Amino acid sequence: MDCKEIVELLPAQVDGELGPREALRVDQHLQGCAPCRAEYAQLAAARAAVKKHATYFAAPGDLARRIERALPPAPVPRNRRVWSWPNAGALLASMLAVAWSLGLYMTLPTAADRLGDEVVANHVRSLMSDHATDVASTDQHTVKPWFNGKLDFSPPVNDLTSEGFPLVGGRLDYLDHRPVAALVYRHNQHVINLFVTPASAAKNLGPQHLARHGYHLIHWVRGGMDFWAVSDVDPVKLDRFKNLISAHVQPV
Amino acid sequence: MFCGNKTAPTPVLDNESTGEGLNDQSKTRRFEVIVLPHLNAAYNLARWLTRNDQDAHDIVQEACLRAFKFFDGLRGDNGRAWLLGIVRNTFYNWLEQQRKHTANTPFDEESHSLESAAPSQPYCNPESIQARADDARLLNQALARLPLEFREVVVLRDLEDLSYKEIAEVSAIPIGTVMSRLARGRKLLLADLGRSKQELTDGL
Repeated sequence: MDCKEIVELLPAQVDGELGPREALRVDQHLQGCAPCRAEYAQLAAARAAVKKHATYFAAPGDLARRIERALPPAPVPRNRRVWSWPNAGALLASMLAVAWSLGLYMTLPTAADRLGDEVVANHVRSLMSDHATDVASTDQHTVKPWFNGKLDFSPPVNDLTSEGFPLVGGRLDYLDHRPVAALVYRHNQHVINLFVTPASAAKNLGPQHLARHGYHLIHWVRGGMDFWAVSDVDPVKLDRFKNLISAHVQPV
Repeated sequence: MFCGNKTAPTPVLDNESTGEGLNDQSKTRRFEVIVLPHLNAAYNLARWLTRNDQDAHDIVQEACLRAFKFFDGLRGDNGRAWLLGIVRNTFYNWLEQQRKHTANTPFDEESHSLESAAPSQPYCNPESIQARADDARLLNQALARLPLEFREVVVLRDLEDLSYKEIAEVSAIPIGTVMSRLARGRKLLLADLGRSKQELTDGL
C-alpha cells in the first residue's frame, strides 16, 4: 500500500475500526514512514483531546422529568388539536406512566427472559429517574457498609477506577421478588448497573450473555453470589468488566 | 425561538399517529425501554449541533415525539442510533427554518468556511499538539466552531462512541465519507487549537 491509501485508512486505524490484517499492514507502514506517522499522531491527538476534554451535555432534569412524570392517565385526544409543548409532554408522560406500571407485570416466556427484561427495566429506571445511587461514593469502604442492615447479605464492592470502571455508588433495588444490591459503575459515558444477590445454589455458573433493546447483559454466578451486569457499553468491554468483578470474588 | 415560531408546521398527535393497529401500551413500553434511555445521547448531540441549551431542549423534545410517532418504523433494536438519526433530522429541519427566517443575514455556520480553518503551519510534533489540546476550554470552543458536517461526525464518534457504520446510518452518508470527514474534522480542530494558542500567546 502506498501513502495515499494508508492516509485514507488512518482514521479507521486511530478508531480501531480496521480488521486485524489491515491494521497490521498500516502499522508496518507507519513504522517506516515518518510523514504518515505524523498524520497518525495528529488524528490520535485530536481524538484523545475530544474524548478527554469535550463536554458531554447530559439531558437536563426537567426534560427527563417531563417524560417520566406520572400524571393521571389522559386519553389520546380524538380531535386534531393545535400543538403545545406542555400538553405534549403531559400526554406522553401519562402514556408512559400507564404503560410502565402495566408493563412491569407482563409475563414473559422463560425465567432468564423475564429476569433479563426486569434487569433492563431496573437499569433504565435508574437512568431515567436521575437517581442511580442512594449512596454516591467512589469509595468501596463507604458503599459496602451502607448496605449493612438494608440487606441480609453483604455484596462484594470493589472500585475499579484504575481498570477504567470507576465505582459511582450503590442503591437498593428489587429483582426477582427480592431486594438486591445495585452497584453503579461508569465506563466513559456509559453507566453499568451490577445487580448482586446470594445465589440459590453454590455452583458457579455462566457467563450467560443476553442482548435486549440495544443493551448487553451478562449473568453469572461466582462465589455464591448471583450477578447481573447491564449496560449500553460495548459487549467486549462489559465482558472485561465481568472478569474484573469476578477476579475480586473467591470461587466457592 | 423554536417554540414561538408560529409559521412552523404544527405537529399533532392523534389516533392515526400514535399507533394504529398496535396496542398503545405495549408500544409505549417498548418505546420507553428502547428509545428513552438514550435521552442523554440525544441531548448531547442536539446541544453540540445547536450550540445552545434552549434550542437543544426543543429539538430533543420534538425528536422524541417524532420518534414515538414513527416508532413502528424502527427495525432491529438499535434505539440509540435510530433516535440520534431523528435528532439530527429534526435539527436540520430546524436549521432550514432558521435560515429562511434569517435570509438577509447569513447564518454563522457559513462564515466558518473550510479555507478559513486551514492550518497555517504543519503540526507534526505530537507533544506540542498535546499541549494545545490539553486545555478543556479551548478544546470546547474549537469543537463548537468546527463546521457542522465535521462537528457531527466527531461528536458521534468521540463522545457517543458510535461505530462508523452507525455514524453512516445516523448521518445518511457512506462509510468512506464518515472516515474522510472524521480525518478532516480532527485536523481542522487541531488547526483551530493551534491558532487559539497562538492568539493567547500573542495577547500576553
